Amino acid sequence: MTDTFALSCQELVELVTDYLEGALSPVDVRRFEEHTDGCENCTRYLEQLRLTIRVTGTITTDDLSPEMEQELLGAFNDWVSR
Amino acid sequence: MLRVAQIFVPSRAVAEDVVQETWVRVLGALERFEGRSSLKTWVFRILVNTAKTRAQREGRVLPFSALGEPARVPEPAVDPARFRPEDDERFPGAWSVPPRALPEERLLAAETRAVVEQAIEGLPSTQAAVIRLRDVDGWSAEEVCNALDLSEVNQRVLLHRARAKVRSAVEEYLSP
Repeated sequence: MTDTFALSCQELVELVTDYLEGALSPVDVRRFEEHTDGCENCTRYLEQLRLTIRVTGTITTDDLSPEMEQELLGAFNDWVSR
Repeated sequence: MLRVAQIFVPSRAVAEDVVQETWVRVLGALERFEGRSSLKTWVFRILVNTAKTRAQREGRVLPFSALGEPARVPEPAVDPARFRPEDDERFPGAWSVPPRALPEERLLAAETRAVVEQAIEGLPSTQAAVIRLRDVDGWSAEEVCNALDLSEVNQRVLLHRARAKVRSAVEEYLSP
């Protein structure tokens, strides 16, 4: 029997990040992929996670408020003219 | 930088202070920077130290436990009710309510981005910081570990939980 150590769907969803991060052992990568190869639902879950990561990557950041930018520029100028 | 500072200090105003103080310290110490780590890592180390000191001064309990031991409290990526029970005779732990099909063109639309941003804002601060640095700002795992003083495992646990919640928010929003 090849699926003595087969993953359940519930177990697989907890390994998705380790899988995407390359943190699984070769044996676990094989178990993971054997499962997704035969499981439409988990394939969809994995795909949705990848797409979510892509959407998250399109968010732009407004890290600095204008006042703060001014203050920082001020601090920098003080430093330069030291 | 602000969002990293905000993990440690109570308000945006204090976080802005911390960032400013960090730059002053960075500029003051720049001549001593030895290039053993990347400049970015070095700057964030100073930021985190500055933020911690400031948080202590403000009498705030540091979220070290949250940063250091996220694995203590289990937090399933997907609602357990969406799987068959472990003692199911035929398919233990298989999906009973599978992920719903999401239309890709809507998934990549601006409105979905807003849902993602909102979901991230609703995360615990440590999870929010990790997913922002990794998936919004595109940092590597190693850079995040170094800057936030996290182990590789804990960084992954925080990222895993954050991504799972964001996906689930997107699924909820997009499925009819």
